Amino acid sequence: MVKGIEKYGIPVVHLATVVPISLTIGANRIIPGVGIPYPVADPLQGEKDSYKIRVNMVRRALAALQTPVDEQTVFEK
Amino acid sequence: MAKFRIVHYMNQFFAGIGGEDKADLPPEVHEGVMGPGVGLQAALGDEYEIAATVICGDNYFGENLDQATDAVIEMVKQYTPDVFVAGPAFNAGRYGVACGTICKAVEERLGIPVITGMYVENPGADMFRKDVIIVETKNSAASMRQTLPTLSALIKKMANKEEILGPKEEGYLERGIRVNYFAEKRGSERAVEMLVKKLKGEPYQTDLVMPVFDRVDPAPPIKDIKKAKLAVVTSGGIVPQGNPDHIESSNATRWGKYDITGMERLSAEQFTTIHGGYDRQFAMANPNVVVPLDALRELEKAGEFGELVNYFCTTTGTGTATASAAKFGTEIGKMLVEDHVDGVLLVST
Amino acid sequence: MKLELGKIFIKDIQFGSKTYVENGVLYVNKEEVEALVLEDDKLSGCHLEIARPGESVRITPVKDVIEPRVKVSGGGEIFPGVIGKVSPTVGSGRTHALEGCCVVTVGKIVGFQEGVIDMSGPAAAYCPFSKTCNLCVVMEPNGELETHVYEKAARMAGLKVASFIGQAAKELTPDEVVTYETKPIFEQAAQYPNLPKVGYIHMLQSQGLLHDTYYYGVDAKQIVPTVMYPTEIMDGAIVSGNCVAPCDKVTTYHHFHNPVIEDCYKHHGKDINFMGVILTNENVFLADKERHSDMVAKLCQWMGLDGVLITEEGYGNPDTDLMMNCHKVEKAGTKVVLITDEFPGKDGKSQSLADTCKEADALASCGQGNATLQFPAMEHVIGTQDFIEMQIGGWAGCVNPDGSFEAELQIIIASTIANGFNHLAARGY
Repeated sequence: MVKGIEKYGIPVVHLATVVPISLTIGANRIIPGVGIPYPVADPLQGEKDSYKIRVNMVRRALAALQTPVDEQTVFEK
Repeated sequence: MAKFRIVHYMNQFFAGIGGEDKADLPPEVHEGVMGPGVGLQAALGDEYEIAATVICGDNYFGENLDQATDAVIEMVKQYTPDVFVAGPAFNAGRYGVACGTICKAVEERLGIPVITGMYVENPGADMFRKDVIIVETKNSAASMRQTLPTLSALIKKMANKEEILGPKEEGYLERGIRVNYFAEKRGSERAVEMLVKKLKGEPYQTDLVMPVFDRVDPAPPIKDIKKAKLAVVTSGGIVPQGNPDHIESSNATRWGKYDITGMERLSAEQFTTIHGGYDRQFAMANPNVVVPLDALRELEKAGEFGELVNYFCTTTGTGTATASAAKFGTEIGKMLVEDHVDGVLLVST
Repeated sequence: MKLELGKIFIKDIQFGSKTYVENGVLYVNKEEVEALVLEDDKLSGCHLEIARPGESVRITPVKDVIEPRVKVSGGGEIFPGVIGKVSPTVGSGRTHALEGCCVVTVGKIVGFQEGVIDMSGPAAAYCPFSKTCNLCVVMEPNGELETHVYEKAARMAGLKVASFIGQAAKELTPDEVVTYETKPIFEQAAQYPNLPKVGYIHMLQSQGLLHDTYYYGVDAKQIVPTVMYPTEIMDGAIVSGNCVAPCDKVTTYHHFHNPVIEDCYKHHGKDINFMGVILTNENVFLADKERHSDMVAKLCQWMGLDGVLITEEGYGNPDTDLMMNCHKVEKAGTKVVLITDEFPGKDGKSQSLADTCKEADALASCGQGNATLQFPAMEHVIGTQDFIEMQIGGWAGCVNPDGSFEAELQIIIASTIANGFNHLAARGY
């Protein structure tokens, strides 16, 4: 799916827990997700902190979309 | 009994019309056999008749792909063949691509069984082996005589609608289609025997050669995020309650597009998940853990990016065929281009 | 550790006034078993039905399949840590099994993952439990139970019934006794010094609701990789709490009858020295996947293994655990053969696995689960067909008014089970 969209020239940031699969299928901008059942949250931390984590991840996604890459890149921080 | 009818496609060179100087010849059709068709007719015998031969120059075909394909289809159609044969193309690259293209089109549009032949390194082989039965040939036309028995045997099977066996048995290039069968020994026993051989350094045959996934060049980054329009896509199966588009829990064959105009967050009353591959309790309690609408709205309001498109797209990732996923990506991508989307967050569970 | 497994071959099940075995027939006191299930107030209804090979019967939605077994001597009890007491002697002494009959738990779906068993027709060729006599325990949840609570109640009911029926085997003389033995690591290595040392990396499904497995009662997502004697598993040290996709489910029956363990024992002392089992899991966090595959590789090295077989349970992200294990174990110097099933789409043209690695150069296929099959209508359905379109392998509109339907093989319990139990395999066309 990532490649199907990206081939139109639209940058895609893949928020995915299983980074190796993301690398295998060929995503170019990858942000590791928190866990498979909740990639952009951590409900175990309580509603408030879970939301903070999500806002932070979306901000990182925005940053990744603005970052030039010439190969598959995992944005760890 | 009426004879089985065959239509044979070949290029200007094999038809004996000329070499590179005639490569821009537009498609034309001749009654009966030409060139290698003579040998093929002999190999097929009396019950089969090569009713017509279609010829096209390789360059003409390559440069006028759509028109040439349409023209050849029209010619083939008139003869209502039982089987359509192209080539064999051996190691001729342009010819191989033409044979693959026209075979695929004839099968798709006319529903006629098709076959061609190529050398394994012909670029047409990798392009079309999944779609078309390609008899494996050597790399030069000198091997025509060895190729004809394999080719004619398969043509006969196709005409008689007999089962086509595996690539090794029949002599065609493996299409990469995974087909079930019942092995003589169970999987664990075959695995132990494979391990014993591997440990001794003896040759063994794996059941599955690891696939190579294709790549797409990274798209350029967003230049002005403050004006950028973003979209969210997920493979996490988040759908409106009731799953209106009937997206499957596994091996999805469709995707959905759901309106989020005016929504501050995805509410658990309105949305759920139908993904069959993870513990759904968290996403059911709060769908924003998969589609981060609440956070996106906050940052949108704060002006950290331009705007969010007024829908999100969903499918189920688990067990979904890569071909389906690629198709969804293409369809979604096309829509996003039309809606002037500048960047995508794709969330996978 | 040495285990004598006494097999009593069962060719039929009948209801009777008490529960016992005579001349290869298992008689079951229906009321007694139903009362046992209903001891759990989470379940409000229970009835038993019998399904035999060849009958026009469909069982669905199936949760688990369990062979009745009993501990005869050597201490410990069957399903230690879950039903029975945990003891250090689990996996030794003597165990009796009622082979050829199974307890099948059936009831309204928890998720999408429960499957189908057909006792005859085309689907029967793909299901190991089309060939066994099945005592079906059909359950009703008591009101609207939270899904985890319902899953647990159904799981425990099956284990309770199987262990209750297993008691009937305690005093019997087995038709066949098979002895399995694995010695402590140094002794085992010394027993066949000239044969390659082979281990089995057993990956347990551990991804949350309906994706869990239990090791001595411990939720497998909370374990770190460990080493086991193979015979512990034959005494029920591992029980299934999952349905993954039905086709992939390693039922509790399959833990008892782990085919890799059985076949390694067949080769033990001939062309391999079978050293034991390394147990690991398939968690939902990348950190767990990284840590546990590191540990698995370390254990292989520590045990001095020359080769291993690796099986997985499920597909999709567990393919990553499989590939990480393969890559790291090979790098640590141990040769690997993988056993798994494939999901290349209905037409078989897509990629079979979600993840790959270049070390995965030896793989035994257990078939492709996306291939479709026509399921004819059956004269009798044990359970309900109401959920077929939602169950994995089904789709909206796949069921016809007469009860026949079309679905992918993955809707059939254990049809492509990724531990090599079946003969089904896939090849390239």
